[in-house]
Amino acid sequence: MDLVVINLIDGLFYGLLLFMLSSGLTLIFSMMGVLNFAHASFYMLGAYFAYQISMYLGFWMGLLIAPLIVGIAGAGVERYGLRRVHQYGHVPELIFTFGLALLIEELVKFFWGNNLMAYQEPEILKFALFSVGANAVPAYKVFMIFTSIAIFVGLLYVLTRTRVGMIIQAALSYPRTVEALGHNVPLVFMGVFGVGTALAGVAGVLAGPVLGTFPGMAFVLGSIVFVTIVIGGLGSLWGALAASLLLGWLTTFAASSSFQFADLLNFFGMTRPEDMSESYLRDLWSLTLPQIGPILPYILMVLILVFRPYGLFGKRDV
Amino acid sequence: MKRTIKLGLGAALALSVSATAVLAENVKIAFIDPLSGPFATTGTNGLAEFQFAAEELVNKKGGVLGGTNFEVIGLDNKMDGKESLINLQVAIDQGVHYIVQGNSSGIAHALTEAVNKHNRRNPDSQVLFLNYSAVDPALTNEKCNFWHFRFDANADIKMDALTDVIVQNDAINKVYLIGQDYSFGKAVAAAAERDLGAKKNTVEIVGNELHPIGKVKDFTPYARKIVASGADAVITGNWGSDMVGLGKAIIEAGFKGPIYTYYAASNGITRTFGEAGAGTINLVGEGSINPSSSPEVDEYIAAFEAKYPDHDIAQPRIVNVIRMLAMAIDEAGTATDVAKVASALEGMEADNFWGGKIKMREQDHQAIQDVYVMQQTAGVKHTLDNSEFGLETVVKVENASADMPTTCEMERP
Repeated sequence: MDLVVINLIDGLFYGLLLFMLSSGLTLIFSMMGVLNFAHASFYMLGAYFAYQISMYLGFWMGLLIAPLIVGIAGAGVERYGLRRVHQYGHVPELIFTFGLALLIEELVKFFWGNNLMAYQEPEILKFALFSVGANAVPAYKVFMIFTSIAIFVGLLYVLTRTRVGMIIQAALSYPRTVEALGHNVPLVFMGVFGVGTALAGVAGVLAGPVLGTFPGMAFVLGSIVFVTIVIGGLGSLWGALAASLLLGWLTTFAASSSFQFADLLNFFGMTRPEDMSESYLRDLWSLTLPQIGPILPYILMVLILVFRPYGLFGKRDV
Repeated sequence: MKRTIKLGLGAALALSVSATAVLAENVKIAFIDPLSGPFATTGTNGLAEFQFAAEELVNKKGGVLGGTNFEVIGLDNKMDGKESLINLQVAIDQGVHYIVQGNSSGIAHALTEAVNKHNRRNPDSQVLFLNYSAVDPALTNEKCNFWHFRFDANADIKMDALTDVIVQNDAINKVYLIGQDYSFGKAVAAAAERDLGAKKNTVEIVGNELHPIGKVKDFTPYARKIVASGADAVITGNWGSDMVGLGKAIIEAGFKGPIYTYYAASNGITRTFGEAGAGTINLVGEGSINPSSSPEVDEYIAAFEAKYPDHDIAQPRIVNVIRMLAMAIDEAGTATDVAKVASALEGMEADNFWGGKIKMREQDHQAIQDVYVMQQTAGVKHTLDNSEFGLETVVKVENASADMPTTCEMERP
């Protein structure tokens, strides 16, 4: 029981981290129709910038300044990169962001090297807030959970209750009409891209101390973010939230379960063969759920694409 | 005028001849390991250690064979088997007789096979393979050959030493095994299970788990299971970011016992663990620098850190490779007839630079030396990663596994 409660908390933490990344990506995708392969690279930049700033000004200034720099960099990429490539169609845009991801990774290696960075959570949050059974819950994780929730509420408010939000939503569906009404749609695009990358930056700042700050961190998280927005439904903030939490809990419970596929085979009345090398199911006999946990989100994505291609909350086709 | 030109030409000719003569005389050692890509840190660190050891311990002390210098050439294998074989060919074409490699046992297998084949077919340009880090036991067992020498303690020897320490500790009754899902991770788990079962069957293995290598984003769920299992100690063969992610998650989850590891130091790992790792992260390896065995060692480390501030003495065995090779060449009286050098090297007993003795076992070419279990701690003399933390010896196992059996049946030329 203790393990279930602690897994719920851990899954919530991981899910909300995914949400901070996927919310920006899903907005960018639905607005420009381009999959931003470099999105996770901005997450990495956030962590590295915050690490560098925290060396001089401390963690909290890093949390404040690093996402701003990342957001400005993102807006710059949209204004001077993507917008020029846009006229040639979606494929060049895709290739552009892909190249950008590689470039950012190489730049990070060039300036900071291959080593892990000793990016630490602030001293004030370095204690166990409470324990469930023997398992401690660090205060920093609780702080992260509340920060993410605050960001979600703020984002939801801006998108649904303010004038800016309405223009963005309108530009999502009818960009030509909105432009005809006298709104500067390219500026809206640039703003959304900047805010989206800044959100990824915040995720990087917060996740860097927990998940490690190293040149491979973008690659590790990159693909799962795409899975999240496909499952959630493109362009839907609620969908991104639901899918993130779903994946967070799915991977957490899978990794901590002790389910063995041998039990399943036994249940179906099969017996473990004496000579494994002859059995065509030999891999299944020795497989455990934690071993394949990280693949589960991808299986879920395939199922969603087959049975509900719009995603959980989406309105548009993929 | 004419005479001056003649004189000048003659002098230039003489100089160039002597210059090539000096170059040709250098004993070249080809270092085949990743110098670019994700594993470049380990590779560049190793190359620096080799070059420094050759310069300080051989060239500055008069070289070998009465004045010949060592020269270490770095070749980038990009952590790839095929690339390594090309590098081997490049090295042989340049007249190299000694290659050193260490990262990845998979590549070591490819190289040892290629070297064996090459030496059989080309008796005039034979090479020796000095393995300084690939720890798959098979390399000195069923896959052994006369041209391969291993200077690191292999995975079985390290586990033997580690389990010795665990069974002597009465506070450890439950052990959790976790590792990366590939050959090395599985080998570590299998060795731990075998050794613990044989030595003290009251030690219970409460978990034996493999996770996908380099794919896990958040290790917290694994850590929760470890804490919930009531384990007193954790054993893992993880390396790189998988090591840091796992270690941090376990410590943050409130685990208080020791975490026994193979590779949790240097390359930013020590620094990242910092205070949290102190007293918790343990590492089994050969060659401990805290406390050091002699003032000579202290001087050597200080000089290395002064020359390479971004690198550490992360692989102490490299010094033994260079020193024992120099001794073997001197004993054989030749640097080009490697069969003679190999014969001098096998069975050689020498002073280990890091303390104690080191013996290159004759029957399988596995170095037998003291193995240490060390712990991350602050306030040691020689720190790692430019941090205030380093590794300090907890237990020393002298001549670890000197009598470990081997299945090696070596064919000698």
